[in-house]
Parts: sequence; structure tokens; C-alpha cells
Amino acid sequence: MGGYILKRLLLAIPVIFGITVIVFLIMAMIPGDPATAILGSYATPDNVAKLNRDLGLDKPLVARYFIWLGNMLHGDFGTSFSLNRPVIDEVLERFNNTLILAGTSFVLCTVLGIIAGSVSAARQYGFADKAITFVVLLGISIPSFFLGMMMILIFAVDLRWLPVSGMYAIYGGGDLADLIRHLTMPALALAVVATGVVARLSRSAMLEVLRQDFIRTARAKGVKESRVIWGHALRAAMVSIIPVLGIQAGFVLSGAVYIEIVFQWPGIGRMLVDAILQRDILLVQGGVVFVATCYVIFNIIVDVAQSLLDPRIKT
Amino acid sequence: MSAFFKLLARNRLALGGLIVMGLVVALALITPLLPLIDPDVTNTADRYLPPFSPGHLLGTDQLGRDLLSRLLWGTRLSLAVGFAAALFAAVAGAAVGIIAGFYSGRTDNIIMRGVDMLMAFPYILLALAIVAALGPGLVNALIAVSVVNIPFFARNIRGITVGLAHKEFVDAARLSGMSNPRIIVSEILPNVIPVIVIAMSTTIGWMILETAGLSFLGLGSQPPQADLGSMLGEARSALITNPHTSVIPGIMILIIVMSINLLGDGVRDALDPRLKSGALSRPMAATRVDRKDKPAARTQTDGLLSLENLHTQFHVKNRVYKAVSGVSLSVKPGECLGVIGESGSGKSVTALSIMGLVASPPGVITGGAARLEGHDMIGAPYPELRSLRGRRVAYIFQDPLATLHPLYKVGDQLIEAISCHRAISKSDGRAKAIELLKSVRIPNAEQRIDSYPHEMSGGMRQRVGIAMALANDPDVIIADEPTTALDVTVQAQILSLLNDLRRERGLAIIFITHDFGVVAQLCDRVSVMYAGRIVETGPTMAVLNAPAHPYTARLIACVPELGGGKRKLEAIPGLPPSVDDLPTGCAFAPRCLRAQDACKQGEIALDGMGPRAVRCLFPETNVAEETA
Repeated sequence: MGGYILKRLLLAIPVIFGITVIVFLIMAMIPGDPATAILGSYATPDNVAKLNRDLGLDKPLVARYFIWLGNMLHGDFGTSFSLNRPVIDEVLERFNNTLILAGTSFVLCTVLGIIAGSVSAARQYGFADKAITFVVLLGISIPSFFLGMMMILIFAVDLRWLPVSGMYAIYGGGDLADLIRHLTMPALALAVVATGVVARLSRSAMLEVLRQDFIRTARAKGVKESRVIWGHALRAAMVSIIPVLGIQAGFVLSGAVYIEIVFQWPGIGRMLVDAILQRDILLVQGGVVFVATCYVIFNIIVDVAQSLLDPRIKT
Repeated sequence: MSAFFKLLARNRLALGGLIVMGLVVALALITPLLPLIDPDVTNTADRYLPPFSPGHLLGTDQLGRDLLSRLLWGTRLSLAVGFAAALFAAVAGAAVGIIAGFYSGRTDNIIMRGVDMLMAFPYILLALAIVAALGPGLVNALIAVSVVNIPFFARNIRGITVGLAHKEFVDAARLSGMSNPRIIVSEILPNVIPVIVIAMSTTIGWMILETAGLSFLGLGSQPPQADLGSMLGEARSALITNPHTSVIPGIMILIIVMSINLLGDGVRDALDPRLKSGALSRPMAATRVDRKDKPAARTQTDGLLSLENLHTQFHVKNRVYKAVSGVSLSVKPGECLGVIGESGSGKSVTALSIMGLVASPPGVITGGAARLEGHDMIGAPYPELRSLRGRRVAYIFQDPLATLHPLYKVGDQLIEAISCHRAISKSDGRAKAIELLKSVRIPNAEQRIDSYPHEMSGGMRQRVGIAMALANDPDVIIADEPTTALDVTVQAQILSLLNDLRRERGLAIIFITHDFGVVAQLCDRVSVMYAGRIVETGPTMAVLNAPAHPYTARLIACVPELGGGKRKLEAIPGLPPSVDDLPTGCAFAPRCLRAQDACKQGEIALDGMGPRAVRCLFPETNVAEETA
């Protein structure tokens, strides 16, 4: 198992390397002069030239890439000009907040999605199946940012159950209970689409498995129907559900950008959107590379989980 | 193609989606012709008018602009941008995929590595990076969304192209001297286009949602121009004071995406052949029972297990397949009954019906009884049936690779067979499982207990299947072709194992097979099935030596005999009849050399004396005389 994890980590290195190349090339496409963007259009040519030298922008493209890469390997992602703060500090702080939101949503969508899909499959064509199928269809069709706004209207403005936005109350907040109150709506809004997708997938995976011969064997043994569904069938269906969870993590992370805007959550998605509008390139570059790398590593974890679950995978 | 549309139309939800989508598109197309107020004309005196205000059906926004007009123009823009993004992604992705798939080798490798790289990003990060580079704006958002979706198309199309690149017609084109680009355009492209169109139709909803999302973030369409996403984004600041400005564009996005999803599901279902045949439905815990005449719940019977006039059917759409039509049989303790027939003769369905294990839907037991010591199990409530399964009546199935759970250790599967009928401690369970594995002569039982099924050979797995059946010391074992997937030497071992167990434990065995050789080795009596009925029954040796039914005779003639000289092996001409359209009279008559007109009229009874009986008007051997 240790060897397998090591192998997967080694295989990830070229992927992460490729991610830095892609991000760097996209950013190099930017028309115009970053120094002008930073200093404004009234900057003197001398100042622009000096800043370009300071930023290393007078060097050729390849050299600039390797300098940037080398610095990142040392933990130096550069300094954000709009925040006047090291990029890595800002990214780590924001990513931590995003992780709380996206992580909660991911757990929600996994658990709820698999349960809903399995119930749906076990009661195929029954009332529960039809109801779940309809809710799921609604869930995957509603834009998460619109859903978030409607939730604010209903649960925060009308019913006053939950705070409208933010991560902690400005006065007197900061404890776990406060965080949970602030987290509930954004985490749910973010989880809805992914839950729908996981539920659909789980339903079809379960239907596929329930027709297999080994399910008939379990029933022939006299195994209780609840254990046939939640033990034998679900265990086998997980083999096709788990890989999709990796993809769903990407969707949750993506959806977090919208949810962070709607709920004023101080996460990395909001940071990126602000950085783009400010044209703070180093912050965008650093944030994207960091999150994409975390995503690659998360997918390795998913693969390892898969190999633990399925003894047929050679590790 | 017309069949496809018929299927699509039958799916009411998909049809609804199609109609709603059609209405939205039609509305978007005629928007410039409608007598609407200019969507960009501001009127600060009329800010935030509520819906149904005079002159403004849906009210006005923060600048007093007419919301109805902005909604329709915004919808038009969102649809156009979503469609353009899908088209662009499809064309670019298809080009990449076709080139990679057609040229293969290094070109393929390099391109697909790049595609994998793009897929390593959570999609929005890539889109954000592109917008960051190009600057906010609707066209740039469109480009970003397209680029992000190129890998999806490239992968799909590459897969199809790889399959096509080695087809005969492509080789023929190559031999005729066509250049590669010409082959791609004239041979590959026409075959790939339908796939592209389908992939596009399923992603278009996504594209609309994604571009709307970027606009919502302020990175897409810039004021005063507005698509649905930017309308929602601008309205967000007034969400609490004037919710209608948010609700109206939001609902429009929901309607569009939902109708596309409904339509997409319908298209997918219509294209999936498994849905047509109903093969995608899952079997219930027990076979559905729908008997017109309920037999007595309890009677006196000779046998330990006996079937009385069993009828099992498969109801698929309007067709009724009569898999089993009136089968009666019985076994005593220590006795082995063979049930033999070609595939499709109904022998397995008969066996599975006994414990309600026929897949249902579509299976339905429509008549008869299956009695264990006189007690009918077909009408028994599910908890009672479950407690009998595996405890008193156990099954051994064919192909144990498919019938054992692939992800559980064999030991755990054995222990479960016990523990679902009585509480047993972990260590006792393990000891009992090892004992069971030893009883079916598995070497190294102590180690084998922790193996997974895929780590064992076919013969070992079959032994595990038998051990599992023996776990609770059942009274009856129903073996459904347990040796069919095995080679001959292993088959012989398994048969002698079963034979020993029967003698040692006094088991009653119902042995389903298509092989007379196996029947001769193991069974005391044999019943021959054809088209869902028993056509002949009797002691094994008597039937083998002097078959009465022409079908039995032909079936025996099919078995090769080692050292049996130059006897000609004769296949039976023709095919068994389809059980949804059985002829009147004898079902074998169309294939029978002895058939006469009388065979094709009316029911023929299973007739005979003593242990032998035959369902034939002109039998090869006179059963009554022989026994007399």
C-alpha cells in the first residue's frame, strides 16, 4: 500500500508541473504591461522600466517561468500588490476558510447523495423514488448562486433563523456555534447540485449492482433485505461511486466561488474574483496553482480510498 | 430515427422539457419583433417598480429599466452565448479528439497528456485564470467556458475515432490512396458528427449555467448589456429590499436549465437499449406472486420438497413469456432429482421459483405451490420465506465468480450465511467457516478463509459456493448448473463431493443441468423439460436406456460417448419455440420426426405408469408396457 501511494504521488509531479506551465502561459497572454496596470496610466516610463526590472519582467519568458517556479518551491509566491501582503499568506488563510465551507458541503453531498440514490434504487418506481428523482432534478437545475440568494431571503430575512452572510458575527462571535450558524446556509446551497449528481449516480450504480448474481446469492442465503441493500449492494456500488466523488470535489470547489460571493464568505474564490477585477496577477497565479495542486492531491486520496475498498485493484 | 422520436415522445417529462425549451427559444427569437421598451433606457423616477405596475408587467430595476424587456433580451443573450460556447467547445474538442485518435502514437500521447492536464483543474479555476488573462467581458467569458469544456469533447471523440480508425472502410480509403486529411473529412467525420451533436446537447445546459455564473461574478457581460447572470449579479445588492429583481432572472435560468436537463434525460433514455427491454429494473426481495387459485397452505405430501403445477411467467410490456407452465415434481430425503433441458427450457426458472428468487420485475409466479413438508412457500410472507432461505433450502449457483460477492472475503461470506439465521460469535463463526471449507475439501482452509473470490480458481470458488449452501445443514439443496463453468476433471470432483454429502447428510438434491452425462453420474431420477413443461420423467437408468419422448431421445443422442465407436452425433434441427408464442399441442412437434397432425391439436397430458411418465402421443418406447 505504501508503495502504491508513493507511486501515485510520483505520478502527480508531472501533472502539477503541467498545471504551473498552463497557468503561467495563460497569464503570459495578458496584453499590455503589468507595470502600467500597477502604476496606473500616468506613470513615467522610468518608473515603469524600474518596476519591470524589479518584477523580473525584462527577462525572457522561459527564464521568468523558472524563476517563478523556483521561488514557489521555496514557498515564495510573490507579493500581492493590491493587498501589499505575501501571496502565500493570503492564499493559505483564504483557502482554510474555503476548506471549511467546501469540506462541509462535500461531506453533505456524499452522505445525502448516496443515501438518496440508494433509497431511490431500492424503491425503484415507488413514491420515494419519484419524489427523490424530482427533487434531484430540481437540485441539479437550480444555479447555486440563485439558490443561495433565495435561502437568504427565506431563512435569514423572513424567518430570521440564520445570519445573512459572513463567517463570524462581527460582535461577540468567533466560537464554533457561531461558525456553524454562519456555515449552515452556504454549505447547504453549495451541496445541493453535487448532492443531486451523487444521488443520480448512486441510483444507477445501485440499480446496476442489484441485478447482479451475487445479490441473488445473498438473498438465497437468507440475508435480511436491509443488509442486502445497505451492505452487499452499496459496498459493490461504492466502487463506481467513489471515482465520481473526486470529480464532485472539483465541482464543489468551483461552486464555492459563487457561494462565497453570495454569502460574503472570506474564501479563496472571492479572493480570486477580487484579484481578477484588480488585475493582481501574482495573487491569481498563486491562488490557482495552490488550489489546483490541492485538488490533484485530493484525487490521489480518492484513488487510494478506492484501492482500499476494492481488493481487485493491484496496488 | 423515428423510433427514437417515438420513444422520446412517450417520455412525458422529456416532452415537457422539449415544449418549454421550444417556447423559450421561440420567445428569444422573436424578442426583437415584440413591442418592448428599450431594455437600456433608464428612468430613475420609476426605480424598483413592483411587478404588474402599469406599463411594466414585471416591474423595473435599480435604474428604472423595464424588467420584462431586460429579461427577454437577457434570455436571448444567455441562450446565444451558451449555444455559441457549446458549439465552439464541440468543434475545437472534436478537432483535437479526431487528430489524436486518428494519428495515434506520439501525437495522441502528447495531445492527451495536455488534455489530462486541463482536466486536473477544478473547472472554474481554469475559467477564472483565462478571464483574468483576457480581462472581463462576455466574449472572454464565452472563450473561457468553451476552453474549459474542450477536454470533455476531446476525450469522447478520441475514443470514437480510435474505434473507427481501424475499420475496414478506413483501410479501404487508405489503400485507394486518399490523403489523411481527406480520409478524416470524408470517412471519419460523418461517423463522428452524431456523437458530437449528442454530447453538445447534453452540455448546453451546463454552458448556459457557467456563462451565467461568470456574468454573475461580474466577469462576463458588462453594463449596460445584460445576460441573465449579470441581471442576477446586479440585483444582488437589492436582494433584501427588492427581491423581485433577483427572483425574475433566477427563475428564468432555472426554467431553461431544467427543461434542457429533462430533454437530455429523455434523449439519454431513448438511446439506452436496456431501458427498452426493461432490463434496468432491479429485482425485488422476492418474486411477485399473483395466483388466481390459491392452493391450500398446507397439505400432506410424499416428498420433502414438492412442486405442484407451478406456473412462472415474465411480463415484459404487453408480452407474456410463459417460462414455466405447470411443472410438478418432488424429492425425498437422500434423493437426487435431475432436471434437464436446453437453455430456455425453464429449468432454472423452476428452480428459482421455489424460494421466490426469480428476478421480479419482470417475473411473476402465476400459479401452483412449492411445498416443504407440505407447507406452501410461494404464498408465505417474506419474513418466513427469508428464514427458510439458506436454512432449510439452499442454492448452489453456476459461475461462482459472478455469484460470490467480489469485495467480501470468502470466509466472511460463509460466516454471514450462518449469522443471518442464528447468532454466532466471531471466533465460533470463523471456526465453523474453516470446518465448512474443509468439508468441501479445500486445502489450506485456514489461509483460504481470508481470500477474496478473485484470488481463487473456478473449482475452488465452486467449492466455496457448496460450502455456503451447507452452512446451516439444509434439508434440500437446489444446484443450478453448478459444474457448467468448470473443466471436466474439476466437474467430476465436484459431482463426487455432492454425491458424498448427499449420502452422509441425507440431503435432497434438485440438480439442474443440460448434460445427460452429469445426470447419469449423480441422479436417481430425471425430469426432462422442454418449453416450460416436463415432457418425460422417470428413473435415470430407465430413461437413459429407453427414452420415451422423441425429444429425450434426441437429447441423449447429442451426448458424445468416450469409446462409443463411430456413432453419429446428431444436433436437433431447428430452435426451441419462443415461450411468448407457444404452438397449440406439443411444443416439440415442429422439430419432431414422429410428429403427426394430432400432435398439433389440444393439450397432451403427462401420462404414464408408476415412476415413468411421458407427454407424447407417439412415444419411442411404450412406458406403460415397459413398467407393466
